[in-house]
Amino acid sequence: MRVALFVTCLADAMFPDVGKATVTLLERLGHEVVFPEAQTCCGQMHVNTGYQRQALSLVEHHMRTFEPYDAIVAPSGSCVGSVRHQHAMVAERAGKRQLAARAAEVAGRTYELSEFLVDVLGVTDVGAHYPHRVTYHPTCHSLRLLRVGDRPLRLLRAVRGIDLVELPDAEQCCGFGGTFALKNADTSAAMLADKLRSVLSTEASVVTAGDSSCLMHIGGGLSRLSVDAKPVHLAQILAAR
Amino acid sequence: MSTFLGMPTVAPRGVGHLRGDESFPKAARAALGNEQLRRNLGHATRTIRAKRAAVVAEVPDWEELRRAGEALKAATMARLPELLAELEERVAAAGGTVHWARDANEANRIVTGLVRAAGADEVVKVKSMATQEIGLNEALAAEGIAAWETDLAELIVQLGHDKPSHILVPAIHRNRTEIRDIFLREMPDAPPDLTDDPRRLAMAAREHLRRKFLSAKVAVSGANFAVAETGTLAVVESEGNGRMCLTLPRTLITVMGIEKVVPTWTDLEVFLQLLPRSSTGERMNPYTSLWTGVTPGDGPQEFHLVLLDNGRTAVLADEAGRSALHCIRCSACLNVCPVYERTGGHAYGSVYPGPIGAVLSPQLTGVEDNASLPYASSLCGACFDACPVRIDIPSMLVHLRTKHVEERKGPSPEAISMAAASWVMARPGRFRGAERLRRLLPLAAPFARGWTASRDLPEPPAQTFREWWRTRNG
Repeated sequence: MRVALFVTCLADAMFPDVGKATVTLLERLGHEVVFPEAQTCCGQMHVNTGYQRQALSLVEHHMRTFEPYDAIVAPSGSCVGSVRHQHAMVAERAGKRQLAARAAEVAGRTYELSEFLVDVLGVTDVGAHYPHRVTYHPTCHSLRLLRVGDRPLRLLRAVRGIDLVELPDAEQCCGFGGTFALKNADTSAAMLADKLRSVLSTEASVVTAGDSSCLMHIGGGLSRLSVDAKPVHLAQILAAR
Repeated sequence: MSTFLGMPTVAPRGVGHLRGDESFPKAARAALGNEQLRRNLGHATRTIRAKRAAVVAEVPDWEELRRAGEALKAATMARLPELLAELEERVAAAGGTVHWARDANEANRIVTGLVRAAGADEVVKVKSMATQEIGLNEALAAEGIAAWETDLAELIVQLGHDKPSHILVPAIHRNRTEIRDIFLREMPDAPPDLTDDPRRLAMAAREHLRRKFLSAKVAVSGANFAVAETGTLAVVESEGNGRMCLTLPRTLITVMGIEKVVPTWTDLEVFLQLLPRSSTGERMNPYTSLWTGVTPGDGPQEFHLVLLDNGRTAVLADEAGRSALHCIRCSACLNVCPVYERTGGHAYGSVYPGPIGAVLSPQLTGVEDNASLPYASSLCGACFDACPVRIDIPSMLVHLRTKHVEERKGPSPEAISMAAASWVMARPGRFRGAERLRRLLPLAAPFARGWTASRDLPEPPAQTFREWWRTRNG
């Protein structure tokens, strides 16, 4: 299958290894990966901060970039959530009916990585080997916007050598929330502190998730503590051999 | 738009206890520093969450019930004016009197006048969010009328000269030792050897309240529901103190937000299943009181219903925001909210805290008066999943943020950076150029103190993904 990688602006600029791992994984499973180089950002930060008008050009650009592809995959629950739940809304709000219809079509062909692997490709064992103690944080948007359910866990359970441990209060938000982390920095930090406490209680050396943004937040907190635990994206574990 | 007899051409804005003295982030910062508060809240919300999850899981058609609740509320809002007129007609036919209050001030004037007319200088009160919203107790006190809260938690808040911090459990921020101290200090008839044993505390309050129930001539209540087709009012509660107020005094005054009406008696079937499981985590609430007008020789002989707008018609006018009026005040969204759990309710300023407060208060007052509330959420979505009538709070928060941004006058640093980011990201060439600046990220640290106070910024990579892709495929 020919898969268009929607790498997300954050992974592109700050976490390229997540994008590389996604490519490695999909190619290993026998699929052709293309990277539409015109892609930039889905506009989620704008929408969630109240700048829907300013997000419109980004939505239009996203459509132009990804419309030609049959399957679009992103290593992010949050950005796929934005494509599915916000793009048509932004277009409707601007009175652009046709754009909204196009957005709905593209959204229907856009998948978060674990959804794509389990639902479209029908695999849970991707042939990975990762001999580490790992705990999984289900990110809010993958959990409650996309309803990925236990797909990431099914993929992780099939990884050879992995010691997967349950994260206490896993479904609680890590406190990132985009600009929330800046506008309500104290509350965000309090939420992060509790998440870090849960992560450390598992004695895992790796905390994984399907979103680079939440992992950046959790990782930013972990690096302040003198601990060995580090954030690793789900794609990186699944690509490991 | 035409003006009729000096009537305002726009819906009235909500007044009363709907605004805080400071912004949410400021108030939250103070609350977060209070470790006792954090412990009390963490313990209480965790307990209620577990109870709710257990009783919701045992209902096989819970999702259908939620959808039914949502549909009933949407249908009600679509014809609210006619349903209210029907309710008024039925209440009057059953011997009650209906009053219409444009805002909190008018509602307070009406209730004060009614208490005066009944020749009373004290009232007993059923727990009610509407009367908290309008600040009725303070308004009555200013006229020399004492209002006695009879819900145990409301009593604790009142005696502690405190404010409610939760819709259902207003004293959630207090633990039992604090409650014992408040009783000993403020309740003249509290036994001096009172301990913090929950049963002893409840018995002390019971003794205290019995005297009030037997002496008061007037009771004031809110309402959970009002049935338009029958003119029936409903209050659900756990303690039975509400039932005392609703049956013993001669005069009963009910203050109800106009959105509480339901079309038919059978609609209660849905809500009386959704509400107790969502709020107290019980299959059924211990007391459900229903009354229709007055019954000679039985219960109150005079009944007044005050229908309160206080910003509600303004909310109704906003298509994307009106479902905030569907709220049945169960507070499930508070108990699952990671923000509420850490800051508590006082940080929200308004009597309506938590996720529902963050969408309801700014709409009742106008967004400009509660501008920080729509941002008091990480948009994690837990509130939507818990809401028994499926109010899409996260989407509404985004809608209110957009409204706030678009109504704000003049450029702000944030608006300028958002416009710049949008300009950069709209063209791949510009975005590539901006990516080259990523190594300057550490220079941004002093400007991102909100982030760096507790988190490190990530290390910028030597190569972006697209640079790697080019070298690989070039």
